[in-house]
Amino acid sequence: MNWLAFASIISAAISVSFGAVGPALGEGRAVAAAMDAIARQPEAAATISRTLFVGLAMIETMAIYCLVIALLLLFANPLLK
Amino acid sequence: MRSPLTSVALFHLGPAPIAESVVATWAIMAALVGGAILITRRLSLVPSGAQSVVELIVDTVDSQIRDTMQAEPAPYRAFIGTLFVFIFVANWSSLIPGVEPPTADIETDAALALLVFVAVIWFGIRAGGVRGYLKTFASPNPLMIPLNFVESLTRTFSMLVRLFGNVMSGVFVIGIVLSLAGLLVPIPLMALDLLTGAVQAYIFAVLAMVFIAGAISEADPGPNTSSQRTVP
Repeated sequence: MNWLAFASIISAAISVSFGAVGPALGEGRAVAAAMDAIARQPEAAATISRTLFVGLAMIETMAIYCLVIALLLLFANPLLK
Repeated sequence: MRSPLTSVALFHLGPAPIAESVVATWAIMAALVGGAILITRRLSLVPSGAQSVVELIVDTVDSQIRDTMQAEPAPYRAFIGTLFVFIFVANWSSLIPGVEPPTADIETDAALALLVFVAVIWFGIRAGGVRGYLKTFASPNPLMIPLNFVESLTRTFSMLVRLFGNVMSGVFVIGIVLSLAGLLVPIPLMALDLLTGAVQAYIFAVLAMVFIAGAISEADPGPNTSSQRTVP
């Protein structure tokens, strides 16, 4: 276990954890806004929840990007060859 | 644990190694094409059960295209509908035991994203000619040419990573939980995976529609595509 592998593992963990913080905050805001909108206009609930799901998947993609970076660091690190 | 970024060759067809995802892709393609031929072989005005289900799917795709692109769905129905149905079936193919969804391999997603990249150029050139399409890169002013060019590449790449990351992470997490906890524990995660798979198929199709609609409306600003941009 050299220092490069050590640094890769640590940075993979950091990238996943920080990549989870931002989308979590964003999803919280999105769900809160959708709840607010449904409470004001219950008849538009179907449209709002459909758009909400698509938006949530878009936001969640940011966390997925960080996961892909972490997996690249762990499994396909070009520096560790 | 096997790296999720590599694929294992199942057998060799001449010099070309054939991976598991390629076999799954061809099986899904064969099932979809065969099913479509079988159902549309005997169409009737009063639809039977299977025919009405397929009509419902086509109708939903049509209404989504009409809503998203503000255009008649006929030229785009085949491409968008095939994209959606293929990705949907591919994501849900993990329901069959032993099958890994082919979209969990980065090559399949790269091929799908490349299709969208080519389709945007194709529909853009068809709407406004080569000059009209190339002019869209210089909008709103020629200073944006490098930015627009880079954007058309990065959005393709982001589509690829989005689909790959979502499906692959589901498979990966199920593998980890299965090795840690045991047999029936990952079932709720698999249910979540089915939801993610359906939503990702929808998003992929919607993004393809949005990109194509953007290329068309910029390449050929006709009278009926009223641009509703408000002047700030």
